[in-house]
Amino acid sequence: MARVVVNVPASAKRGEVIEIRTLAGHVMETGFRRTERGVLIPRDIITRFVCTYNGVEIFSAELHPAMAANPLISFTTVATESGALEFRWTGDNGYAVTESAKISVA
Amino acid sequence: MRFFLAAFAFLLLTAEIPLAERRSGYEFMGRETRAMQDDDTTNPALLWVLDGEALFKTNCSGCHADMKGVAARYPKAGVSLDQQINACRTGRQKAAPFAYESRELLGLTAYIGRQSRGMPIEMEWNEANRPFLERGRAAFNRRQGQLNLACAQCHDDNWGKQLSGSVIPQAHPTGYPIYRLEWQGMGSLQRRFRNCLIGVRAEPYAYGAPEYVELEMFLMWRARGMKLETPAVRP
Repeated sequence: MARVVVNVPASAKRGEVIEIRTLAGHVMETGFRRTERGVLIPRDIITRFVCTYNGVEIFSAELHPAMAANPLISFTTVATESGALEFRWTGDNGYAVTESAKISVA
Repeated sequence: MRFFLAAFAFLLLTAEIPLAERRSGYEFMGRETRAMQDDDTTNPALLWVLDGEALFKTNCSGCHADMKGVAARYPKAGVSLDQQINACRTGRQKAAPFAYESRELLGLTAYIGRQSRGMPIEMEWNEANRPFLERGRAAFNRRQGQLNLACAQCHDDNWGKQLSGSVIPQAHPTGYPIYRLEWQGMGSLQRRFRNCLIGVRAEPYAYGAPEYVELEMFLMWRARGMKLETPAVRP
């Protein structure tokens, strides 16, 4: 199920360091596990996460099989101007989810 | 002498934890896991809660406004919250029941449970509940499995000590359904029972079995008055 949650402060002062938290619902199947019958379970993970702030990439991450299910990605940035943050997760089996959040900077 | 030994052994096996000494599994967790549960922005169970909310709004809100306090009062007279949801689906909505441990059922119970967060667990030893609670208590104190262990031997008599690397909690169902790190996902109290039963090498019951519901009821009675934490995070 492709549910994601992002937490961005609705407003901030210019120059303030803000924390952004994202949570993506994903099984993060490693590709190393086997079923009870010994059949390998194919890998199914998120491979990349990108966050842009008014079109400029401010944070990205590559994800690997050792990462836990439902990855929580938390990072900080400097609030420079009002606008929109776009979040994009992509991964195996065509997984692609986007989410956005607005921030007003005074 | 033999009588005293037998009486002593019986006392040991049925030494219930005094009400004031009860502690939620939360208190046995590390700082990081507690922080994960406390903050909605880090608690992964929120993903299920949001799914449950969406399902509730499309399927249930025609009749039910809010479900505050409901999860603190279940199971009721041998019917678990899971079963009540499915009874509503099959009986009133003429829809197919949700499978146990499905995303849908866990989502709904997490969403409903969260509305009772912070409320005290209510379970009365009344006439309607009595037969179930008595059977649940008997099961809790009955040795079972190849290891021949009763729930009470760990959770009443040896809580706070360690079983390999993990602390043995008191087994209070304060936060179900839980997001368990070991599971990498959400699970019900009955899933947790399966874990313990397999651990003592007993054969687990099928989901929804009366034995599980009776045990759920007894544990809720044992935890009466404790605050609900749903959806909790456990290691």
